[in-house]
Amino acid sequence: MSEVPVELKFLSSHEWVLVEENVATIGVSDHAQELLGDLVYVELPEQGSTIAAGDSVGVIESVKAASDIYAPVSGEVIEVNDELDGAPERINHDAYGDGWMYKVAMEDPEEVESLLDAEAYTGVIADEE
Amino acid sequence: MGNKTPLYQCHLDAGAKIVDFAGWDMPINYGSQISEHEAVRNDAGMFDVSHMTVVDVSGGDAKAYLQYLLANDVGRLTVTGKALYSCMLNEQGGVIDDLITYYLRDNFYRVVINSATREKDLAWLELQAQSYPDLKIKFRADVAMLAVQGPNARDRATQLFAEYQQSPLQQLSRFQGVEFDDCFVARTGYTGEDGFEILMLSEQIADLWDRLLEAGVAPCGLGARDTLRLEAGMNLYGSDMDETTSPLVSGLSWTVAMSDERNFIGRQALEAEKAAGVQQSFVGLLLLDKGVLRNHLKVLTAQGEGEITSGSYSPTLQQSIAMARVPVGASGQVEVEARNRLLKAEIVKLPFVREGKSMLTEGG
Repeated sequence: MSEVPVELKFLSSHEWVLVEENVATIGVSDHAQELLGDLVYVELPEQGSTIAAGDSVGVIESVKAASDIYAPVSGEVIEVNDELDGAPERINHDAYGDGWMYKVAMEDPEEVESLLDAEAYTGVIADEE
Repeated sequence: MGNKTPLYQCHLDAGAKIVDFAGWDMPINYGSQISEHEAVRNDAGMFDVSHMTVVDVSGGDAKAYLQYLLANDVGRLTVTGKALYSCMLNEQGGVIDDLITYYLRDNFYRVVINSATREKDLAWLELQAQSYPDLKIKFRADVAMLAVQGPNARDRATQLFAEYQQSPLQQLSRFQGVEFDDCFVARTGYTGEDGFEILMLSEQIADLWDRLLEAGVAPCGLGARDTLRLEAGMNLYGSDMDETTSPLVSGLSWTVAMSDERNFIGRQALEAEKAAGVQQSFVGLLLLDKGVLRNHLKVLTAQGEGEITSGSYSPTLQQSIAMARVPVGASGQVEVEARNRLLKAEIVKLPFVREGKSMLTEGG
């Protein structure tokens, strides 16, 4: 069973969000990395770009499949985890830690209300299996 | 719930992630397919290939039958245990399957075919057998097969055999097999590394698996098997060729024996294709941009469009590679249409990797 930290919010497309004041840190879940297997390439939104909730903002690719990553919230990308460029396997090893992807200064913190909590996301995973 | 090989429980015990493969519950990986890939390139790994189909062909007509059935010529097999890779074609020159034939003795051959194609292959074998009265085709449901591959694979495996079997195993030349009372061992594989493929009765195979594990051979899943064979430039049936593509446009011309008058199924179609001029060639692609090449992506060349037949990531080269069917004459740099952007790639010679070493300095 993959890990689902209770302090995080989720999208059913397997992105996680850590909200600290108006900054959202975003990555993909432990379940997602398990489904994809060994990751070999990550394409992230550019620092300084503006993204809208629901947009496809990047791609993660494993040996066997490619998957779009979607923006859970709207705002400006203020930081990108450049370490992933040469070492996408960080997501496999630590999806909620070293494997974080980017940070957004949120335009509308109320968007967080529409995200799934850990319990609801656990239900999404269970339905898939 | 699919078919299970005799090693199914061993896979679960080793922590396998199981997926459906052509109706079989098979291990895709045991954690990390890249680590498994590296184990085979640098040390030794093992694959359960018991889902593959083993057929013994025997009788006074066996040789003539196989010479008509296969595009390569089993008449070339004169040394006991020697193996021959071949395509089995339809009348249109399309590939029904690719397979390996071992010459075990006079009037006795062993054929190993793919699992996904089992039913149609067996039906085809039976159909073509009708004009050969002295022929017996026996599907071996009683055997299982394990491939042990990597630079240290032969040493690790050999020490597990009985003493009288060890010296024949050490002396086995490439693409050659040896038959013992209880098993058949061939120096063949699908990884581009040295190693053995071991065939034995189903009830005995789990014991061999356990002893190989103890000897430090890493369990490897279908994921690693695919990236290993892709690096080695080895075709995968159903991806790189099928009933609509001839061996001449699938990088398999070298497996078609047409220099003499032998009549075989598909020969006329291949002769017509040659006479009209073969239109496509089968090449390797090395991705120059970031990203991953995938099956069916369109390849744009100065000579026209082609298509990727197998694309993935090469753990050895740490870059994405692919095999592709492109218009004849295409070379150098090309573009690949991937998910709303164009990726730069270079046409290179196959294979990409052989026995742990990159071949790109020579090929590209």
